Amino acid sequence: MFRRRGDRYVATFAVDEVRVLRKVASEVVGLLTDGFDHTDPVVCRLFPEAYPDDAAGAAEFRRYTEGDLKTAKIDQAGAILAALPGDGGGEVRLDAEAAEAWLRALNDARLAMGVRLEIKDGTDLGEELDDAVAEDPASSRVFQLSVYAYLGYLQESLLNALID
Amino acid sequence: MGGMAAPQVAPVETPDTHEVPEPDRPWVTIVWDDPVNLMTYVTWVFQKLFGYSRERAEQLMLDVHHKGKAVVSSGARERMEHDASQLHAYGLWATVDRS
Repeated sequence: MFRRRGDRYVATFAVDEVRVLRKVASEVVGLLTDGFDHTDPVVCRLFPEAYPDDAAGAAEFRRYTEGDLKTAKIDQAGAILAALPGDGGGEVRLDAEAAEAWLRALNDARLAMGVRLEIKDGTDLGEELDDAVAEDPASSRVFQLSVYAYLGYLQESLLNALID
Repeated sequence: MGGMAAPQVAPVETPDTHEVPEPDRPWVTIVWDDPVNLMTYVTWVFQKLFGYSRERAEQLMLDVHHKGKAVVSSGARERMEHDASQLHAYGLWATVDRS
């Protein structure tokens, strides 16, 4: 979890954490490059319609903003990949700009996972996890829910360090 | 608020960079509730993007959370589209509409 040290935001990551962060950031990049598909609900969430009741207005807004938005989202996911230590784990030190990029990228990753996991208002993550474990402790849903929860804690710790 | 003996004082309008006279502000940016974004994050984004005070940003976040949506800025259409695209960059679910 992140802490502020002087003008840097510092966290130490174990091997597994580095692997998970690399995976989720790479998945976001993949989603925004090769896998870009407007009908994917994750893409719909990351690129919301600005005019839900006006198809022409929505298309025009998309024409003018989508390219920049995509580039920004790829860059911020790239900021995570660039700052991660090697496979052995280790320390990440971010300046204010990189910290904000991480914050936005962690949020994008959580949004993407939230859509896939069908997180709803009032979803109790602990309950979801208990149910998934009861069904099959080795399932991908158990892993995904754990990662989703972990990213939330990590994002919150970085945010608190920034506000602090 | 009953029983207040203090003299009535007109509320002071605090100027806001996004607020322009009524006839020129027919558009609004709306942020919608979503189940993923952290409340603290949403508050931080409102402060960051619009320069709102902590209190105002928190109130807007609570409006989004409890009422399902909130108007976060108003003004010319181009300005609102800019605000919406900025909010999208932060992962908030924003739309543009006539006020």
